[in-house]
Amino acid sequence: MGHVIYTKDHEWLRIEDNLVTVGVTEFAQEQLGDVVFIELPEVGSELMAGDEAAVIESVKAAGEIAVPIDGVVTMVNETLVDQPDLLNSAPETEGWIFQLTPSEMPDIADFMDAEQYQQYIQDGE
Amino acid sequence: MSESSGNRKTQFYDYHLAAGGKMVPFAGYLMPVQYPLGIMQEHLHTRDHAGLFDVSHMGQVLVRGPNAAAELEKLMPVDVEALAINQQSYATFTSGDGGILDDLIITRWAQDTFFLVVNAGCKEQDVAHLKTHLLDCEINYLDHQSLIALQGLRAVEIMTELAPETAALVFMQGCHTQIGDIECYVTRSGYTGEDGFEISVSDDHALALADELLAYDYCQWIGLGARDSLRLEAGLCLYGHDMDEHTSPVEASISWSISKSRRSDGEKAGGFLGADTILGHLANGATKKRVGFLVEGRAPVREGAEIADQQGNLVGVITSGGFGPSLQAPVAMGYVPVGLSAVGTQLTALVRGKPRSITVAKMPLVPQRYYRG
Repeated sequence: MGHVIYTKDHEWLRIEDNLVTVGVTEFAQEQLGDVVFIELPEVGSELMAGDEAAVIESVKAAGEIAVPIDGVVTMVNETLVDQPDLLNSAPETEGWIFQLTPSEMPDIADFMDAEQYQQYIQDGE
Repeated sequence: MSESSGNRKTQFYDYHLAAGGKMVPFAGYLMPVQYPLGIMQEHLHTRDHAGLFDVSHMGQVLVRGPNAAAELEKLMPVDVEALAINQQSYATFTSGDGGILDDLIITRWAQDTFFLVVNAGCKEQDVAHLKTHLLDCEINYLDHQSLIALQGLRAVEIMTELAPETAALVFMQGCHTQIGDIECYVTRSGYTGEDGFEISVSDDHALALADELLAYDYCQWIGLGARDSLRLEAGLCLYGHDMDEHTSPVEASISWSISKSRRSDGEKAGGFLGADTILGHLANGATKKRVGFLVEGRAPVREGAEIADQQGNLVGVITSGGFGPSLQAPVAMGYVPVGLSAVGTQLTALVRGKPRSITVAKMPLVPQRYYRG
C-alpha cells in the first residue's frame, strides 16, 4: 500500500520504498470533468519541484500537474494514452499518472494526510 | 464562487442549483457551466434526446417604428424589409470599418416591430448602438423576459404536445403561442446544430414554463460547456472568439448572412455600416478566412494556439477549440490566409510548444439537423 500524502493542488503521492507515485484526487477529477487526453512526462526526465510534469485535458479545459518534489521520472502510466477516462473512473488507483525516484524522500510534514486533505476540501481550499 | 455579488442571476438560478449545476460567472451572470451528467454526456444527450438551456443572459430587444425595417438595414447587411412576419434571420451588426460588433437573430413580429436576440456580453453596447443610429425607432430592452432553448432530436416531441402549432414551424420561423396558459414567443432555432426551439417568456412565468418542459424525463438541463462543444461541432461562430470588430463577415466565413439584395449587384446594394470594406471583401476576396479543423490524435487544440504551415511559418491562430463529444475527437476553428484555407490543407497547431497535425475540414463538422419542412 505505502503511505499516501496529498498536496494543496489536489495531487496524491504514494510513497513506497524509494519510489513516489503521483496522481490526482477524486476531488480533482470531479473538477476537471471528462478527461479526453493526458500528456505524460518522458521516462528519464529530471524534474524540479514546481515543474509541469503532465497536462490533463478535459472537454472543458487543460489542467497542469506540477511535480511536487524533485526527482527523475521512472515510469508513466501508458494505459492513460488509450484510456484517459481512467482518470475519471479510478483517479487514485488505476489512473495513477507517473512514478519518480525523488532526489530526497518528501518530508511528510510538508504535505497533508488523508484526514487533513478531506478537511482542506471541506474548507473550500 | 462565493464572491458572486457582482453577477446577476437568471430566474432559473435555484433550478440550476437544485439540478446540481456548477455555477460560474459568465458575461455578468452566474450561469451553469455543467451539471452532474458532465459536458460529454450533456452534449450527447442534447443531440439524441432533448436539452434545455437557460440563455436568459442574452439580450432581448424590441425595435419599433414605421421605418424600422429600412432603419435596421443601415446596421446590418440583411434584407430586413423582405422578412415576412414571424420570419427570422441571422445577422451581424457591422462597424464602420467593416468589422462585426455583434451577431444576432432578428425576427419580424409585425410590419413595424422587430425582435432581436443579441449576445449577453454585447447587449448594453448593442442597445446604445441602436439608440444612436435609429433615431426614429423606439428601442425597448426587455429586461423582464427570460429565454430558454429546447434543443435536440426529441425537442419537437415535447413541443408537439405542449404547443402543437409550433411543430409546424420550420427552421427560422416563429410564432406567439401559449404553453399551458403561459404566453410566449417560440421560434424554431437554436445554436446547437440540432432541430430545436427558443422560447421567450416573461420572468414571472419562466419557472412554470421550465416545469412544463422538465416534466419530460428525456429533457435535461444542459450547461454552457456542452453549449460550446455543440456549436463548435456545428461550425457556428462564438462572438468575441471566432469573430469580432477586427473581422468582416466575409473573413468570418459567414458571407451567407449577407443578403443578395445588399450585395454590389443587388437592388439595395450597400447602405450599411462598413459596406465598402465588406462588399470589397466579397468582390475581391479577403486575405484571411475562418475555417474548421480536424485534429490528429486526441489532444484538444484550444483558443490561442498558433497555426504554422508545412515550412513552420506562423500563419494563423485558433479561435475556438476543444473536444467534440459526438466526433470523439478534437475540433477547432481558426483563421488562416485564404491560400491555405482549402479543405484538406495540412497545417500544424502549436500546443504547449508541440506541433499537432491539423487539417482544414468542411464545416459543419457534425451535420446540422435543422427542420426545413
